[in-house]
Amino acid sequence: MLLGRTANGLYWMNRYIERAENMARLVDAGLRMALTRTQSASEEWNSVLLSAGSDAAFTQKYSDYSAANVADFLLRDTSNPSSTMSSIETARNNARMVRTALTRETWESINEAWMALKRMLARPIDERDLPNVLDAIKRETALIRGSFYGTMLRNEIFDFSQLGTYVERADNTARILDVKYYVLLPSISWVGSSLDNYQWESILRSVSAHRSYRWVYDADYKPTNIADYLILNVRMPRSLTFCYRFLAEHLKFLGDDYGERHACHATAEKTQTMLRAGSIKDIFDAGLHEFLAGFIRDNTRLGDEIAQDYRFY
Amino acid sequence: MRLAAFDEMLPEVSGLRRPYSAYDRWLKEQDPARLTEKMQDAERVFRKTGITFAVYGEQEASERLIPFDIVPRIISGNEWRRLTQGIEQRVQALNAFLDDIYHRQEILRAGRVPRDLIAKNEAFLPEMIGVRPPAGVYTHIIGVDIVRISEDEFYVLEDNARTPSGVSYMLENRETMMQLFPELFQKIKVRPVENYPQLLRQSLAAVRPQGTKGAPTIAVLTPGSFNSAYFEHAFLADQMGVQLVEGQDLRVVDGHVAMRTTEGYKQIDVLYRRVDDSFLDPLTFRPDSALGIPGIMDVYRAGNITIANAPGTGIADDKAIYSYMPEIVEFYTGRKAILGNIPTWRCSEPDSLKYVLEHIDELVIKEVHGSGGYGMLVGPAATKKECQDFAKKLQAKPSNYIAQPTLALSTCPILTDKGLAPRHVDLRPYVLVSDRIQIVPGGLTRVALKEGSLVVNSSQGGGTKDTWVLDD
Repeated sequence: MLLGRTANGLYWMNRYIERAENMARLVDAGLRMALTRTQSASEEWNSVLLSAGSDAAFTQKYSDYSAANVADFLLRDTSNPSSTMSSIETARNNARMVRTALTRETWESINEAWMALKRMLARPIDERDLPNVLDAIKRETALIRGSFYGTMLRNEIFDFSQLGTYVERADNTARILDVKYYVLLPSISWVGSSLDNYQWESILRSVSAHRSYRWVYDADYKPTNIADYLILNVRMPRSLTFCYRFLAEHLKFLGDDYGERHACHATAEKTQTMLRAGSIKDIFDAGLHEFLAGFIRDNTRLGDEIAQDYRFY
Repeated sequence: MRLAAFDEMLPEVSGLRRPYSAYDRWLKEQDPARLTEKMQDAERVFRKTGITFAVYGEQEASERLIPFDIVPRIISGNEWRRLTQGIEQRVQALNAFLDDIYHRQEILRAGRVPRDLIAKNEAFLPEMIGVRPPAGVYTHIIGVDIVRISEDEFYVLEDNARTPSGVSYMLENRETMMQLFPELFQKIKVRPVENYPQLLRQSLAAVRPQGTKGAPTIAVLTPGSFNSAYFEHAFLADQMGVQLVEGQDLRVVDGHVAMRTTEGYKQIDVLYRRVDDSFLDPLTFRPDSALGIPGIMDVYRAGNITIANAPGTGIADDKAIYSYMPEIVEFYTGRKAILGNIPTWRCSEPDSLKYVLEHIDELVIKEVHGSGGYGMLVGPAATKKECQDFAKKLQAKPSNYIAQPTLALSTCPILTDKGLAPRHVDLRPYVLVSDRIQIVPGGLTRVALKEGSLVVNSSQGGGTKDTWVLDD
């Protein structure tokens, strides 16, 4: 038996852990672009902020898209509710609230990540330290994931946690693609200029897939392959299909355990079926941007339905 | 201020006391550098596991550790037996007093306790008149604060009959000591405290409402994760294997209190609440309370839920009532109180007030309803100005205060940079009441870390120690 409030806490704890890491990944990709291409750096940082869903809040505070400003805003600014520091703080508050549902190892890894990052992000980040800071964020979240997978019982507590992880991750991957969808469109990218190459690599880097892409596809970046990889590949752990495979699976576990199906089951299965049946050509034909916008909308609705069906509030 | 105090390990007159002899032998063999290291280990363990508490009014340090000292406070088997007899007697009297106060009020008719003291007391809940809690138990969990003055003199300082806290520190302190010094526990037979959560669960199950079918569903009610004692609430729920709920999780469904789960509402039979009376039911008490459950008092009056401790138990541990405890114990148990009270001046009485004002620099003055060491004056440690200011408050509302002599609380050594140094301590054993009374052998020893300080409250810079009751 699980309290609705506890399920809610587990869900959001994991969404925020995922988000804390995604912010680091986005800054990492932006940093790489800025280092390799000084000319359009501010454009690149702008798309990083758009992917993070933080552009409007950023421009209220800053007029200049510099690496230092963006990194500060996305990593350590506590007035930005999605920054790594805010996210890890929110994750920990949720973990504190649901502490009785977590193993000691899981709770301690979150608490220690919070302590370490609080210390590290207490002062503005020196540019020379930025790579170290990004590594540390990824390492801390990896430690949380490790203790979580290594010690948690596979029950409803696990299911609600995973729902949070995959709803957040699917949203993140879809947004990264949507911000850059135009560089993947055939009309301009068929040629494959060096600019495009950088853009493509940046997309892959923001989901930590720039190396694994080459294991699956040709060494050359091709926009259709990149889109295929991030949307339809079943083995790529940040692809939309991968996320929905697990969302559907954990919802099925809950449905079987409780002996009851809800609206969220139908929504998740519908998206999963759509992803399974689709080809990347179909998606491009129907419009990549339209596809992604629809996906983000449905994914948000799934989150709302889960909250309602399982009495989060 | 220096008071000549009785040291429980090394009294000046007689040298090392017996209960400490085995520990002392071990201690002398230890490398001081290693002990310092262990001390730091302990702090790391506490911080890592998040055993923190919040201090109200301190934004910066919103989560602090209660300092832990690695020198145990040791009580012999004999001393413990004496203490437990006194505590049991007192706890019986407290429950009998509550039952009487909310029913026939015989103690008032007999003139042993003034009627005004009850009727005008905020801790007295008229809503509880005529209500008999399940199994007839009012205070299920009690923390009796005990101080020691000499080899043979123990006094009760306070009866915490509402929602005493700190038991998680008793358990974590032992756990930490066993991790740091496993060899000590092989050498010295210390009685275990680890089964407290099981005892608490059994005790709560035993006082379930009469109509409960099957095993009762128990839950711990917390004000939420921002409460200063949240760690303890989560800890106890976890250790007992029961749900940790907040007011927002609960509502009244079909005459029972039920919690909102992912599968719908589930009935609760026993609620161990760590929320104050006034927040418990916005329909009955504070209407602005977001922490409580609207209608829970109706369910309670219908006998469909056990609330531990019962609402209205505060009337038994009120500081103004405290001074009547010797009479109360005798009235209900027919015997003199085994554990004494500290002489107390009730400032509401003109003669006492006069005495207190004249001797303000010698006395400890406390608010009747205060707790946590807030709003009190320790005369001998206060400046002249502080005494004068306090005297004004006292004259403005005398009935709000009681005064006690400044006692030389016993000391126990703590480990400092310069070796062992004596510090004042008190003791809070935890008592469970159901169809029987159980006292876990041990308790929470609070220690005033500042040299000479008599205030042991954690909110005022106090620390804690592991408390050993020897199996001898």
